[in-house]
Amino acid sequence: MIEFVKPSIDYFELWPLLAVFGVACVGVVVEAFAPRELRYRVQVVLSLAGLVGALVGVVLVAQRVQTHDDGAARGVLAVGGTIAVDGPSLFIWGLVLALAIAGVLLFAERHLDGGASAFAGQAAAVPGTDAESAAIAAHREHTEIYPLMMFAVFGMMLFPAANDLLTMFVGLEVLSLPLYLLTGLARRRRLLSQEAALKYFLLGSFSSGFFLYGAALLYGFAGSMEFAAINEAVRNDVGGSTLLLIGTGLLSVGLLFKVGAVPFQAWTPDVYQGAPTPVTAFMAAGTKVAAFGALMRLFYVALGADRWSWQPMMWIVAILSMFVGAALAITQTDIKRLLAYSSVAHTGFILTGVLGIQAADELAGGEISSVQAVLFYLATYGFATIGAFAVVSLVRDSGGETTAIERWAGLGKESPVVAAVFAFFLLAMAGIPLTSGFVGKLAVFSVALAAGAWPVVVAAVIASIVAAFLYVRVIKVMYFDEPVGTGPSVAYPSVLTATTIAVGAAVTLVLGVLPGPVLDLAAVAGEFIR
Amino acid sequence: MILTILVLLPLVGALVTAFVPDALARLVGLGFAAATLVTGIVAALRYDVGGGMQLTETHTWIESLGVHYALGVDGLGLLMVLLTVVLVPIVLLAGWRESDAPGNGGARAFFAWTLALEAMSLAVFTATDVLLFYVVFEATLIPAYFLIGGFGRAGRGRAATKFLIYQLAGGLIMLASVIGLYVVSANAGSPSFLLSDLAAIDIDETTQRWLFVGFFIAFAIKAPMFPVHTWLADTTEKATTGTSVLLVCILDKIGTFGMLRFCLGLLPDASQWATPVVVVLALVSIIYGALVAIGQDDVLRLIGLTSLSHFGFIVLGIFVFSSTGGAGAILYMVNHGIATALMFLVAGFLIHRTGTASIREMGGVERTAPVLAGVFLVAGLAACGLPGLSPFVSEMMVIIAAFDHHWAVGAVAVLAIVLAAFYALWMYQRTMTGPGRVGAAPVVDLDRREVGIVAPLLLALVLFGFYPMPLLDVINPVVHDTLANVGIGQEGGPQ
Repeated sequence: MIEFVKPSIDYFELWPLLAVFGVACVGVVVEAFAPRELRYRVQVVLSLAGLVGALVGVVLVAQRVQTHDDGAARGVLAVGGTIAVDGPSLFIWGLVLALAIAGVLLFAERHLDGGASAFAGQAAAVPGTDAESAAIAAHREHTEIYPLMMFAVFGMMLFPAANDLLTMFVGLEVLSLPLYLLTGLARRRRLLSQEAALKYFLLGSFSSGFFLYGAALLYGFAGSMEFAAINEAVRNDVGGSTLLLIGTGLLSVGLLFKVGAVPFQAWTPDVYQGAPTPVTAFMAAGTKVAAFGALMRLFYVALGADRWSWQPMMWIVAILSMFVGAALAITQTDIKRLLAYSSVAHTGFILTGVLGIQAADELAGGEISSVQAVLFYLATYGFATIGAFAVVSLVRDSGGETTAIERWAGLGKESPVVAAVFAFFLLAMAGIPLTSGFVGKLAVFSVALAAGAWPVVVAAVIASIVAAFLYVRVIKVMYFDEPVGTGPSVAYPSVLTATTIAVGAAVTLVLGVLPGPVLDLAAVAGEFIR
Repeated sequence: MILTILVLLPLVGALVTAFVPDALARLVGLGFAAATLVTGIVAALRYDVGGGMQLTETHTWIESLGVHYALGVDGLGLLMVLLTVVLVPIVLLAGWRESDAPGNGGARAFFAWTLALEAMSLAVFTATDVLLFYVVFEATLIPAYFLIGGFGRAGRGRAATKFLIYQLAGGLIMLASVIGLYVVSANAGSPSFLLSDLAAIDIDETTQRWLFVGFFIAFAIKAPMFPVHTWLADTTEKATTGTSVLLVCILDKIGTFGMLRFCLGLLPDASQWATPVVVVLALVSIIYGALVAIGQDDVLRLIGLTSLSHFGFIVLGIFVFSSTGGAGAILYMVNHGIATALMFLVAGFLIHRTGTASIREMGGVERTAPVLAGVFLVAGLAACGLPGLSPFVSEMMVIIAAFDHHWAVGAVAVLAIVLAAFYALWMYQRTMTGPGRVGAAPVVDLDRREVGIVAPLLLALVLFGFYPMPLLDVINPVVHDTLANVGIGQEGGPQ
């Protein structure tokens, strides 16, 4: 009989995780006991305090963290080796927390729609019934969204830091379940929102099933769930490579679904469109960051020695994602769907960086590494995305947000600042120099080309041209097209949304003009603990 | 330091102009353009005609990617800088009232975007780091896009989009080659984008060819060359003539500038490898551009397409690899800038008066507006290479070099002179001579502001037509260095 050994918990290193999880639990208690009129304030303050506290924790841990026993990476393996607090984890934690703070600000925005937030008054009330009207009349509001979001953030932090397959699965689920719920909570166009939530849930559950099956097969191959042990088994060629291959494939399905890569992208447009825009903003940025962290850890740490089997698959998925995303984005008439397909294209670009992995001895001194490039790209993408969706929430007409692109005509005259900021985010996504998107693209293309993946780079360049067209088209509509009817109006946001947009734009500019410090930070983050 | 000031001055000017009251915007904008002109002249005076990169400054910008903020000028860069700083104030004066006309985006926006474009163009011509060059190369597109889309005739939004897509496509293809250079330098030891570091690397032939293709496509779209020129006529037709001057006379020079500096400078073997194809494309551009220009009814389309022909000459001069051809090509870049700017601006004045750009609907202008007609004639004659005007010198040099390269190449190129005479003089005949339009008010002659705008250009045409030596003194060292890099001696044959 195996004796149960209580794992030792490294409280200091895990402080960011624990803070977020703790605040999420306290938030649930607040929902149960605090009076209704206090809840909004308490929840917002609590969430922000938790996130800021966790962010401070990340900075402190990053300063103190020591070189690991393996000599290559910095960091520790916590909780009996199930959670790796290393450079990439910390970088992603910091990024997720920063994006989550912006997300809370967007969630809490009540200025845009006549004193109500973007969320349904009472989710249980069937759309179009008296119960719904009563809920609206009573100014009901779901403040559970804050603890839900905090659970999602916890999942987003656990997912990329997980050092074995089971923990990674737990992270995946903790991250996903609250998001399924949040997706269905839009205040306007509720049927669309609920449909999106159901779709997301069903497809998400399927992909989780795939992930779990893959984990089981990989356990069958390696006899362990731990990444280090799997890596060992791959290196020693223990036999049973069929299990390894099928397991890798099934795990990839689960992860590629989360990052929204083709052919697992079908949920993105519907979910991005249906979800309340603040949720879309947070989810689009946060999920992608977390899922790419997990993807890299799984493929680099556990399956790094087997990369000749998975790299060809990544090539194909990356090329497909770029082309399908860019091509379908062109045909969209809804700005949220357009941004959704553009995020699929961006997934392809990030995968270009992921497949650009080279062994340490193949890199020249000072040459940019694959992890560094991907982490930097995630930072640029996260801030541009959350900023762009925040702008989308400002453009409205009597029926709420106006997401039809042709209704944006004349925005350049109606509201020059909003149009200029949105155009700037679009240019960043198109990868125009002096925006963060350019440096990101440069970084991932460089590592891919250095790793010899020139066909992917050529495809990426062509896909970038296609993608550029769609962003330019939106800019043309905003500036040079005549408005249809009364034209769009821009709601004046409170300081919450304004801050988010300003920070997003500032980061996008600074990372484009002076990317050095963040690139260095990503370089210092260095390697995963193996 | 002076080059940094040169780049920053118009950039600051653009920001200031964008935020001052409308009434002041034009004066402030013009003031910054004038200050930039003075700075440019000071830089030119500090330049030593002996050649080589001068006035250099280098700072690390993005260390982990080997990117530097590095500026410097050789003779080629200096001439392009001077062309830019001279043309921008002229364009601003020409757009003084036009940009405020109903339906246009307002003088403030026009002046601010123009200054922004000037800053980025100056940075392009002075950048000595490949990535810095790429960054500002792409950054020029944003002001250009808003200048085309915000000012000019109906349908300009579409033209602006077409322009931007073409240019972005070229830029992204070039990005692949730029990254290729990074990988090459990383494999050679330490990653760096500095021109001087990259020139020292011996790149193997296959890699060179791939990189060359990426760079050349981008520069061919920019220049423009057949068959990637189709954005040109649409753009010049819809944009204001001031914008067209900025695009065709300054921005498009980046194409041929880039061919000299990157294709020949960094990838000499591949440049020689590609010569046959490039020469044929250049010849097609020369003849096709002239032929299509003859058939145009829209004055602005016509002038735009003549530039296709002219850029064919420049590219031909570059790729025949002789000192005469190279010097002729660079001289041509300057002369084309002056002559085409004159042509566009006078055409703009004419269209402003007649209210139409259609040649068929004009006529008899010379009777009521002799000065306007006279300037138009000089511009037209310059385009078709009349001796005594500066384009003649450069055209002759390129054609002589073309005959040295191969008699057939020269023979085809020389045809273009006949075609140029045809399009220029026939356009003059149809618009300026003959009876006036029935029922139309007589065309008023140029006023003092307009004469002031065209006078410096006319003066330059005549001056450099008789005395091109100062320009050639600056040009020759560049040509010598470039050809030595490609491995060809001054006499034209392989060393």
